[in-house]
Amino acid sequence: MVTVDKNMPILIVDDYKTMLRIIRNLLKQLGFDNVDEASDGSSALQRLRDKSYGLVISDWNMEPMTGLQLLKEVRADAKLKLIPFIMVTAESKTENVIAAKEAGVTNYIVKPFNAETLKQKMVAVFGNF
Amino acid sequence: MVMRAETTAARAGSKGPGRLTPSPAVTAGLQAVRAQPMPSRDELKLVVEGVVASLSGDLTAADLRLYTELEALARFIQAAKSEIAAVHPDTMRREDIPRAADELDAVVGATEDATNRIMDTCEQLQTLAGGLDGPIREQIEEACTTIFEACNFQDVTGQRISKVVRTLKHIESRIEMMLEAFGEEVARLQAEPPPPPPAPVGDAALLNGPQMPASAKGQAEIDAIFASFG
Repeated sequence: MVTVDKNMPILIVDDYKTMLRIIRNLLKQLGFDNVDEASDGSSALQRLRDKSYGLVISDWNMEPMTGLQLLKEVRADAKLKLIPFIMVTAESKTENVIAAKEAGVTNYIVKPFNAETLKQKMVAVFGNF
Repeated sequence: MVMRAETTAARAGSKGPGRLTPSPAVTAGLQAVRAQPMPSRDELKLVVEGVVASLSGDLTAADLRLYTELEALARFIQAAKSEIAAVHPDTMRREDIPRAADELDAVVGATEDATNRIMDTCEQLQTLAGGLDGPIREQIEEACTTIFEACNFQDVTGQRISKVVRTLKHIESRIEMMLEAFGEEVARLQAEPPPPPPAPVGDAALLNGPQMPASAKGQAEIDAIFASFG
């Protein structure tokens, strides 16, 4: 069984402070405490270049850089392209999921979501923990 | 009798929509026929043929149908302008839509504030639960997790309301474009202020709903008013 380092740094990205707080708390319930926040794609990209992260959990609908653009930037960067990237968004149209998949998203969570869904997607990425 | 009605759509247009003006020759022929107590069938036939001949020469049946359709269209547009003016689009653009958008913004702000307070309380509970052992601690943590999950609603409803606000702003811009297109005519038609809505009576007159934060009275002000009654 793969052992997940629950102390790995996780970057959560959302322009709603409330949502950042919810995700942070749900991660805490799952045992992940080492969480940083960014409020848009650009600042997230800067953080990713400044520090090594084990996971990115990002919203899609943000300005000026959207979550999809952030994903594309991450996948285009040789140093960042292997970081697991989970999109957490209210965008639930098929074309959105396809676009995210084509851009290299690791998993996709539709808002509103619960701790169990978040755990399932993280297990899908890292294995059981 | 020579009849030549030089009637054309262009000339008819210059006299006003929907009116064909006979030429002097046709008018003279008609007057000659009217002057007789009983015009002969041949004379009448000549007048009619003169008019028809002039129509077929200058104005085809298709022209006439087109002209009729254009006239109907013009009447329809005029009626539409009057109806648009009746709903006072300028008032809608300047007052109603911005007010509705402000109300929706207030909804987002209020739910965000409430959500944060709920989460503050949850975090306090989690801290307190940290000092406990056993199933009670687990139950409190599970309950807090459920509350955090439920707080998702704020983000989703906020996005939905933002979409509605964007739609309102789109409608606002379309109204502005419509007003520019119709210009002074609609402005003139709506010069009079819209009639006020029927005034509520009795208890209904007291149902104003929540006030916007800027104009809402605080509890201290309410207390002061209440105390002023002695």
